[in-house]
Amino acid sequence: MELILQQTVNAISLGGTYALLALGLAVVFSIMGMINFAHGELMTISGYVLMYCGILGVPFTIAVPLAVLAAMAAAVLMERIAFRPVRNASGATMLVTSFAVAMILQVLFQNLISPRSQPVLLPEYLSQSISVGGIFIGVNKLVAIVATLVMLFVLDRFMTRQKIGIAMRAAAEDFAVARLMGIRANTVIAGAFAISGMLAGVAAVLWVSQRASVDPLMGFVPVVKAFIAAILGGLGSLRGAVAGGFLLGFIEIYLAAFLPSGMQAFREPIGLSLVILVLLVRPNGLIPAATIRAQKV
Amino acid sequence: MPLFGVNSLSVHYGAIEAVRGIDFEVGEGEIVALLGANGAGKSSTLNALAGLVPVAGGSVRFDGVDITNLKPEALTPLGLALSPEGRRVFGTLTVAENLRMGAYSISGRHVLEQAWERVYDLFPLLYERRSQYAGTLSGGQQQMLAVGRALMSNPRLLFLDEPSLGLAPRIVDQVFELIVKLREQGVTLVVVEQNVDRALEIADRAYLLALGQIRAAGSASDLAKSGAVTAAYLGEA
Ligand SMILES: Nc1ncnc2c1ncn2[C@@H]1O[C@H](COP(=O)(O)OP(=O)(O)O)[C@@H](O)[C@H]1O
Ligand SMILES: [Mg+2]
Repeated sequence: MELILQQTVNAISLGGTYALLALGLAVVFSIMGMINFAHGELMTISGYVLMYCGILGVPFTIAVPLAVLAAMAAAVLMERIAFRPVRNASGATMLVTSFAVAMILQVLFQNLISPRSQPVLLPEYLSQSISVGGIFIGVNKLVAIVATLVMLFVLDRFMTRQKIGIAMRAAAEDFAVARLMGIRANTVIAGAFAISGMLAGVAAVLWVSQRASVDPLMGFVPVVKAFIAAILGGLGSLRGAVAGGFLLGFIEIYLAAFLPSGMQAFREPIGLSLVILVLLVRPNGLIPAATIRAQKV
Repeated sequence: MPLFGVNSLSVHYGAIEAVRGIDFEVGEGEIVALLGANGAGKSSTLNALAGLVPVAGGSVRFDGVDITNLKPEALTPLGLALSPEGRRVFGTLTVAENLRMGAYSISGRHVLEQAWERVYDLFPLLYERRSQYAGTLSGGQQQMLAVGRALMSNPRLLFLDEPSLGLAPRIVDQVFELIVKLREQGVTLVVVEQNVDRALEIADRAYLLALGQIRAAGSASDLAKSGAVTAAYLGEA
């Protein structure tokens, strides 16, 4: 029983991070029809900001917002420089562009910073545990859960209460008609990238908090996981991305904890098989998007 | 000078020439009907004028300003709105959120309040359903929402593309009453309708399109009497 509770906390913590990442992919996809594979590099940028802040002795409470802001700024710049010119190109062109951006950034990290993994100085308390009702929970896990819930709440408020948030939902459903309302394409797209950058930044802080290191390829694995989670939830659907992220977190953690040791080597393929099983039953994901892709104008 | 003038407008989709150099104008306070069989180019015309599809040739003037190549998001603030064919309300947004988006270009609390008041006055049902997702409304209700959304920007010129399509007869009556009422409120209207007789009853003037060209034009009553309209709908060249 204790083990299950313990692992459930781990699953919510990891799933929450996946959810934030998948949400970042979904926000951009819902509006532009593009999967941004350079999303992981936004995380890496945040990771390096945390690293340099540690080296320079900047307090963690200031380093975190700096790291998040850096990812937001990088996301908006990415859109302005790399994605705006291919905005009306095919989905494949945009996908390849995002791969190119990811690779360019990885090479830059390798050459300008270091090809090797670098330690990140974290506050002591993150690696401590507290006892809640008889089970020990890592502070970093607790922080991850709380941060995820706060982000999801804030984002939900933004998307339902703020004019620009509502406009982003409208544009996700029918971009052409949204523009007809006077909603500027550049505004909603830049907004989507800013939000995805913020989500990547927060996810990066949580990711680094569990590992205390950063390397040029740090973003690769989480962004692939987030991509799987986004598809699991229903590509382009925001609620779906959150559901998919949590489900993927649960699948991974439970398999790691409860699969017999002889089968642990097959954990990843078993996990992916479960994902495929879900998609066989629900081909459009857990919570499909309501996008009308009648015409692209 | 007329409020709105179109000069040899063309619209192309790749090799398809949907609209081939049409001229028409709309005077302040008029109701102008745009008629023609399926595929004649009516929607292409309105969509090009509203900026939804690119203009291939010709020029468009609104209130003395050349708006030919403006982006759609730049037209709403000038006072031009389109309720597109097929309604295209945002189904995942609530009724109120749809209306809020219609008023996206409006600034000023007072103007915004007046826009809400006007639309909820015209469509009390939208007020009752304001927190409901638009996707759950019936076809007739969605049509009201589409028109209401377009009205939220306080347009001087409103394009309605097939506002009565697929609606029950009683609701169709309401739509035509609404068009007349809007004109009384000072809105100039261009209406595309397959309900030709009704359209000609309420319109001042009408243009008849066939194969992307204007086949006939004139006062609504003259066109109603001539056989041109019937002929065009029967597909006679
Ligand atoms: N998005 C589009 N792509 C290609 N062809 C189109 C498109 N929209 C309309 N057309 C074509 O343009 C012509 C005019 O269509 P349309 O303007 O919708 O006519 P109407 O509204 O009078 O029925 C038709 O031949 C139609 O098939
Ligand atoms: Mg049409």
